[in-house]
Amino acid sequence: MMDSIKTITVLGGRGKTGESEQVGTVTFRMGDVISIVGPTGSGKTTLINDIALFANKTTPSQRRLLINAASPPPEYGDDPSLNPIAMINQNTKIFLNAPVGVFLTLHAEVRHRGGEEIAHLVARTIDFANQLTGEPILLDRQTTELSGGQTRALLIADASVICNAPIVLLDEIENAGIDRAKAMELLRKSRKIYLFVTHDPTIALQSDLRIVMQNGTMAKVIHTSDAERKLSSGSLRRVDEALSALRNKIRDGETISSEELKGVL
Amino acid sequence: MKKIVICAGPTAVGKTSVLRHVIRKLLAKNIRVAYLKNDVQYATDAVVLAEEFGIPTATEYSGEFCPDHASVTTLYDHIRWAWSLGTEVFLVETAGLCLRCAPYALPEESLGIVVLEETSGIDLPFKIGPMLTLADVAMITKIDMVSPAEREIFLARTRKAAPNVRVLEVNAQAGIGIDPLVTRILNTPDLAENDFPTLRGHPPLGTCTVCSGERSMNPNRHRGVVAITGGGTRFSGQ
Repeated sequence: MMDSIKTITVLGGRGKTGESEQVGTVTFRMGDVISIVGPTGSGKTTLINDIALFANKTTPSQRRLLINAASPPPEYGDDPSLNPIAMINQNTKIFLNAPVGVFLTLHAEVRHRGGEEIAHLVARTIDFANQLTGEPILLDRQTTELSGGQTRALLIADASVICNAPIVLLDEIENAGIDRAKAMELLRKSRKIYLFVTHDPTIALQSDLRIVMQNGTMAKVIHTSDAERKLSSGSLRRVDEALSALRNKIRDGETISSEELKGVL
Repeated sequence: MKKIVICAGPTAVGKTSVLRHVIRKLLAKNIRVAYLKNDVQYATDAVVLAEEFGIPTATEYSGEFCPDHASVTTLYDHIRWAWSLGTEVFLVETAGLCLRCAPYALPEESLGIVVLEETSGIDLPFKIGPMLTLADVAMITKIDMVSPAEREIFLARTRKAAPNVRVLEVNAQAGIGIDPLVTRILNTPDLAENDFPTLRGHPPLGTCTVCSGERSMNPNRHRGVVAITGGGTRFSGQ
């Protein structure tokens, strides 16, 4: 059932002041990477929350979600092991106070669908997370002691490895100082439907399409043009890498010379 | 239609926020609603909800008594009050203190709702006992405050602690997830006219008649110092 997801469709509802959405319906296909962009407060997070909640005119936006052009079965929302959606929200704090290994094991037991051993799944998750963080996360550390960036990295790894869901929703992956380019690279190794809420031009232009939000509504859908794709794999990438290198030097306590950005300017 | 809904849960989990959305949705269906708050010594919800919705509301303070004792010995009077106003759904919110009692009347007489919050720790579902396990519906609030991973763990543990309870996740701030609860309320059996409801579970051992196991809500069956409607006490016995 989970592997057979081909499309998801959002049927538009209404915005904050009751107006209908300009984008009445939008469909994403397996393998699509979508960015959701727009000013703060324009309803980006609300849109992915509606998707995560399998909205069926049951949220204030009155949107509906269809999977493979039909209403999703109620088990998706009731049983985490059947849920085809994994979401990473903007949380940078875990309330559940337990060692990291226990936390991941508890979640793996809930999401598990048989097959791989839980201990192995947990080990793969921590490996994934530690490729995104500066200082490694240890399995016996308390979840509540992790930094914001470590928490974020752990939750991204959890959604990707433990949930292993065909639809992944990510809310501002660029925040909290994790290695964003590495995260994109690791995530995109598996073919899924990805929706990124983002303010980051690199992420937006690496997507197949972007939904522009305005006043709580889906105002526009823009398909990434060839020129935009060229930019994202060319000069924008070099700017991004140069900034990354600069960030890492500052993190490592080095001093910066006026030569640093010569190559991209 | 004459339905009783009894809503319990620890302090500050969002019971009133859940009921506020329920009231809004019931009123939109032209159903007459009344609201009672049982608390110890301070609560403004009845005043706030009366102003917001223009519905009849009341507050019962238990004072020196445990609020579950007071709710048992005063509920009958409040039910009569609610019916006298033509109420169709009577929402009763009770303050939960020691979490040992479950204030719900029998399933054929009422709907029992427990409200829990995501941030209360993963052992809570196993700690609180009858308040959860004897409810019909458990509403988990504050789902936007934790990571989806924590939500799924809390959901699974609540279901494990109370396999027969329908567990629903809600964002009571945005009113998400309220509709299935409203449906359950409308499917609750009507309370028979002049029926003294009966507690669903057995209260703990103790010294008052409620604590000693008297489940009838007929105030005349309670002995010792008994809380009376509107505050104050009476003594019943020799």
